[in-house]
Amino acid sequence: MSIRVENVSKRFGKFQALEPLSLEIPDGQLVGLLGPSGSGKTTLLRIIAGLESADTGRILFHGDDVTGVHVRDRRVGFVFQHYALFRHMTVAENIAFGLEVMPKGQRPNAKEIKKRVHDLLEMVQLGQLANRYPAQLSGGQKQRVALARALAMQPQVLLLDEPFGALDAKVRKDLRRWLRNLHDELHFTSVFVTHDQEEALELSDQVVVMSAGKIEQVDTPQTLYAQPDSRFVLGFLGHINVLQGDVNQGRLSQGNAWITLNDHPNAKQVECYFRPHEVKLQTQPSPTAHLPLKVSAVSLIGAEVRVELEADGWSSPEPWEVGISHAEYNAWQPMRGDRCYAVPEVGHLFSSDKTEPELIQWSQAQQRPVSTARSSVVSLFASA
Amino acid sequence: MVDKGLTLKGLTIKDLTMRTSAHLRIGDQPWVKWSLITLALSLVTLLLLVPLFAIFAQAFSGGLESYIANVTDRFTLHAIGLTLFVAALTVPINLVFGVFLAWLVTRFEFPGRKLLITLIDIPFAVSPVVAGLLYLLLYGSNGWIGSRLMDHDIQLMFSWPGILMVTVFVTCPFVARELIPLMQQQGKEEEEAGVTLGASGWQLFRRITLPNIQWALIYGVVLTNARAVGEFGAVSVVSGNIRGETNTLPLHVELLYQDYNVVGAFASSSLLAGIALLTLFVKSFVEWRQARQRQALNEEEI
Repeated sequence: MSIRVENVSKRFGKFQALEPLSLEIPDGQLVGLLGPSGSGKTTLLRIIAGLESADTGRILFHGDDVTGVHVRDRRVGFVFQHYALFRHMTVAENIAFGLEVMPKGQRPNAKEIKKRVHDLLEMVQLGQLANRYPAQLSGGQKQRVALARALAMQPQVLLLDEPFGALDAKVRKDLRRWLRNLHDELHFTSVFVTHDQEEALELSDQVVVMSAGKIEQVDTPQTLYAQPDSRFVLGFLGHINVLQGDVNQGRLSQGNAWITLNDHPNAKQVECYFRPHEVKLQTQPSPTAHLPLKVSAVSLIGAEVRVELEADGWSSPEPWEVGISHAEYNAWQPMRGDRCYAVPEVGHLFSSDKTEPELIQWSQAQQRPVSTARSSVVSLFASA
Repeated sequence: MVDKGLTLKGLTIKDLTMRTSAHLRIGDQPWVKWSLITLALSLVTLLLLVPLFAIFAQAFSGGLESYIANVTDRFTLHAIGLTLFVAALTVPINLVFGVFLAWLVTRFEFPGRKLLITLIDIPFAVSPVVAGLLYLLLYGSNGWIGSRLMDHDIQLMFSWPGILMVTVFVTCPFVARELIPLMQQQGKEEEEAGVTLGASGWQLFRRITLPNIQWALIYGVVLTNARAVGEFGAVSVVSGNIRGETNTLPLHVELLYQDYNVVGAFASSSLLAGIALLTLFVKSFVEWRQARQRQALNEEEI
């Protein structure tokens, strides 16, 4: 069932939780609402469910206006951040609840209900816990019970409010994969709220990035990452390194740092953003970029080594972060206080008059990887 | 390493621990402990147990037959009947009122919500006699509302409806006061989950809200009942003390005592004391159940 949000806005007292916004969610998609806290993503989800009423605008399910339809009649599955299991009922009773409160005519008979509950428990792999109470379950188990309870009604729309927010990292990963499979199997339309960009990018068909009650960008995870529309989106999807300054004669400079920008008109207050993996570190500046940095921390955990750097002789609002491979790390062995130069391959340029970035690429030929350093291994690596 | 190195103002840690363990804390000396226990026990005996015992001793001082005669006296029976009748009406009225009020202030946001929570406590803050007097001034035959009702031949004061009104007023915070903190702590997520699953308002209340608040509700009812049975001040102002008509049990005790029928007064008192003891018993049982529920709730949060 497709969902259409038209011109919906919401105000809580003096706080404008949602600016008027519209959104189209096609049938069968898994859509992530991503944004920092207070961006209005949960409010939007609750308005779609009918738990909150919008001040203006309409909600359409499959083309039908459901704005005036009560939550209980919208037939959406809703999964709460803190599970909201009925604490005085067993797991099986929790799952059966939605079926048991149906009006007499539609309600399946007791045997049918029992079978459905059994099937759902099998589906969420909790068959042996049917007679436990919520207090006796772990967080991941509770969340699966909550999902089974929502799915008992066979809803065509499943809404999840920060479904994995309260779980530890490993359980979260398992559940994420499991939800993706479930979605592919059952083909309902799902919308989930998250503040974790990794979760949104991994799980969703489409990501809706929100900030301050507005939709910033709606795109597939790939497009969103490759072509962010605004500073906010770029900054929200992972760390960014910033050079702020003025453009003069094809050069963006600040202090002793500069990068070349071919044929760019002179301008004030220009910002260039670099992603950690779009920057190389060298011991010598390149002809296109002169960005002196000082190593302030090195983190070895993960697929690549994360080097944190301070601007040396200029200023940056936040420390720079650059990812280098473990091989590069072993060759270079950076230590705290070491000086080096950043050489960007790709930059996202924001002029003050435009909100959309301009993509800038520098040719690879002029660059040399981190090399002239301490051991002979380096030269081997550099030529490789 | 600790023994040698770490020092604190010239004392090693070992010295410090030895000092504290060598010293007894206040109250650890046997004489302090036993004198406190003796003091507490004698106060409890003098102020609580002796009077309670005295009530029953006095009530039975004329023998069992005279006790039965006193209790089955026509006016006493009527007073018992009126008291139970008023309590039987007050409890359901305040039960419904308290649940509605608690639901309102914990499940909805509206201007004046905080003020309403404060206003619930007015009956606790105002002296019952003043409350009775206010009702008399408002609803009495010369009162602002009462005079209009008199035109339609409706008399509220000096009859059972007046007694009921002040009793409801005096006891109305008990249920709401018990429910509000609990319902605030439990939040409204479970009810929201219920409504997304298609439950109607009544189904929500019956199957989700009520099971979660039942013990607090029973506790509130027990307190409401105890106060409704024992209320003296407000009732005495509005009842008019007509024997066999508007006399409740506490008022009857006073009347009998003023008539120099001490044994009769104590016989009636023993009935009130009996109800009080029963209430205490139910209350402790409910408290024990609530403590268990809270423990379960805490475990869940961990």
